[in-house]
Amino acid sequence: MAAIDTIGTASIIISGLTMAIGSIGPAIGESWALSRALSAIAQQPDEANTITRTLFVGLAMIESTAIYCFVISIILIFSNPFWDYVISMGG
Amino acid sequence: MVELSPDEAVLWRWEFVTINETIVFTWIVIGILAILAWASTRHLSPTPPFSRRQVALETIISYMRGEIREIARRDSDPYLPFSGTLFLFLSLSSILGIVPGYRSPTSSLSTTTALAACVFFAVPVFGILQQGASDYFRRYVQPTPLMLPFNVIGEISRTVALALRLFGNMMSQTLLVAVLISLAPLFLPVIMDLFGLLIGQVQAYIFAVLATVYIISASSDEKAVEEEPEIEEKPEIEEESEENPKREPEGGT
Repeated sequence: MAAIDTIGTASIIISGLTMAIGSIGPAIGESWALSRALSAIAQQPDEANTITRTLFVGLAMIESTAIYCFVISIILIFSNPFWDYVISMGG
Repeated sequence: MVELSPDEAVLWRWEFVTINETIVFTWIVIGILAILAWASTRHLSPTPPFSRRQVALETIISYMRGEIREIARRDSDPYLPFSGTLFLFLSLSSILGIVPGYRSPTSSLSTTTALAACVFFAVPVFGILQQGASDYFRRYVQPTPLMLPFNVIGEISRTVALALRLFGNMMSQTLLVAVLISLAPLFLPVIMDLFGLLIGQVQAYIFAVLATVYIISASSDEKAVEEEPEIEEKPEIEEESEENPKREPEGGT
């Protein structure tokens, strides 16, 4: 049962760390992009459509790194392949 | 145990043929879209009185044409069928999330991968149709043939990113609501569902726009490629020059 304990503990800790560390970069990047876009809209309200569209696409691009982290941590918690392997070996 | 994707809810199985919730809900979305399209394109008239369905259809179509024209900076007709269909499918499949028991097919990785694969294959098809095979494939060996593997990796990784982005957003929303129902079942899930509707529309828009951008960047000739960054960068330069004088008085006081 030692293997199962180790895998469970490691999965939970690592998935928490993945989200915690992995969301720092995208959060800073997105807030920076948003603040730049807001000041750009404030200066050029006529270009608001173009800026907003570019902003959305850019935010989606930045966000994808956070989404990767999220998918990894979800896999670790809900459908962990190593966990399943150990269960199948033990059973 | 939370069911991660509607793939795991198998409704019908025979030999190797498996019908799960993803497939059924995709059929439902396709059916609704087909019926709506059929119903709204009957009795089209060029002169008033217009039917309500025709006005709604024309509003959606003209909005999409305008968006594509602004992104492409050229005629939108070649791109409208593909990008517009992507948007309508994704949009309807997330709007239907307000129906109890329905799970958006886009919260399954297989659906998003299939859509991303469509984009992956549409890029060379549009590129070759618009500028010929030799011109299209020459793009991969520019500026030097050394860049060939990087260009190919870029194509593949952005397809994976396209699939994972949509899947991650839609799945996280479903999962969040599921977790919240077990924690605070009365009000919070409703708010998150409202938020989820917004996210679904934004993601549908982003997916369609990214698909359009990929297709256009592959099918545009050199001149348009050179022109585009110039237009994109212009506001930033102006912004810089306008911002600097403003900052100086702030620093002085």
